[in-house]
Amino acid sequence: MKYVFLFCGSAEQQQAWETMTREERGIQYEQVGRWFAEYSSKLGPGNQLQPPHTATTVVFQGNGEPIVRDGPFIEGNEIIGGYTEVNVADLDEALRMAKTWPAGTVEIRPVMEMNQ
Amino acid sequence: MRILGDFDVAEEIVQDALLVALERWPVDGIPDRPGAWLLTVARRRALNQVNRDARYRAKLALLEQPISHESDDRLRLMFTCCHPALSRAAQVALTLRAVCGFTTAEIAHAFLASEAAVAQRIVRARRKIVAANIPYRMPPDDELEERLGEVLAVLYLMFNEGYLTSGGTTSTRRDLAEDAAWLAALVVRFLPGVPEPLGLLALMRLHLARVGARFTSDGELVLLPDQDRSLWNRTMIAEAVTFIEQAAAQRRPGPYQVEAAIVACHAEAPSWAATDWQQITILYDLLLQMTPSPVVRLNRAVALRQVAGLEAALAEVNELAPQLDNYHLFHAIRAEFLLELGERELARASALRALGLTQNRAEQSLLSRRLLEW
Repeated sequence: MKYVFLFCGSAEQQQAWETMTREERGIQYEQVGRWFAEYSSKLGPGNQLQPPHTATTVVFQGNGEPIVRDGPFIEGNEIIGGYTEVNVADLDEALRMAKTWPAGTVEIRPVMEMNQ
Repeated sequence: MRILGDFDVAEEIVQDALLVALERWPVDGIPDRPGAWLLTVARRRALNQVNRDARYRAKLALLEQPISHESDDRLRLMFTCCHPALSRAAQVALTLRAVCGFTTAEIAHAFLASEAAVAQRIVRARRKIVAANIPYRMPPDDELEERLGEVLAVLYLMFNEGYLTSGGTTSTRRDLAEDAAWLAALVVRFLPGVPEPLGLLALMRLHLARVGARFTSDGELVLLPDQDRSLWNRTMIAEAVTFIEQAAAQRRPGPYQVEAAIVACHAEAPSWAATDWQQITILYDLLLQMTPSPVVRLNRAVALRQVAGLEAALAEVNELAPQLDNYHLFHAIRAEFLLELGERELARASALRALGLTQNRAEQSLLSRRLLEW
């Protein structure tokens, strides 16, 4: 069963991350790195994302015309900071992994399988 | 069901079997082992369904295997319905539907929700179980306590809804409460090494033992201080107390055990005045440590009234105003304390506030009577 973990956080957490010293970031990266190493056999592709202010969103108007907008689709305080694919037996196994994630909130989304 | 592994289909099959059972038992008589029979029917139906549905053809072979312990399957179903990935409302609705065989209409009636809302809740929950692959099995040992907490919370909510009811035309709906107690007994039977289910079962049975004294013959609610204690079921109370002792012997106290112990103090007291209030206050302190909650503090204040006096109890209640201002019992208890202090007008104002906040007919009637008498 394939899931995507969306690593979420708040605008405050994002700001804290951006103002961290090199050492502080190093500690955080080490913790996250350990998590990825521990579950490497279950992880698919994934990435940390650049901050939301680097995002560009394309929306379509009523007439189907695209408009380019500065900023992320999700407005407000919630931010998606990264994602990874996860291949596990079931939601319980995914939950066990997510509960050990060292860097904040995790949203677990099952992936739509093409034969469904 | 475990072997079918697809909750969506399996649940429907159990429902079908339940319906067949309900139709046939009055005619054919109840079989010696009703549970096993039920599962045989369910399995036969599952085979029919699988034959019809090519999507499940591959699972045919699995279904031919012998069925494991029937009640074990029910417990597993309960844990799946009460999975923490589902909202509490969905957990309750699914449990009632899949484990107790309630119809959507019955669930809607019990929880004062619209049938459409309940149906949608159930459909969504079942879809999530399938789409997110919530496993249909008992949780592993290291997750059992946490997952059990969800199951017990759902059962307690079911029980309270049946026993107290937050509204509706009938003041008590015995079925829901008794179903909840029955499921709690099932959990106890299969998890004898965990004390909290025993605590919850004891708590439910202690309440049910006193159900006959809660209403007058014309349907008026009678509160604990005024109940005719000769109407209480002493055998049931004694049995519940042995449950508490069995749980306590495991030396892992928990909130349900403590709550049961508090209710046992009341159940064993010869009268309201001769109740062991000291003990009850201590138990409430313990409960507050385990689950800090303004409602627990409010209930503790009633015991405190007897131990520390009226002023101390009222001061404690007043502190809860910011959190409990919309809770009718906060105002009802405050009204009683104020009346005792001779503050008749303030007491009446509080009772009026409580009246406006409850949907329960019996409680409304009791509060109206008070307002007339005070």
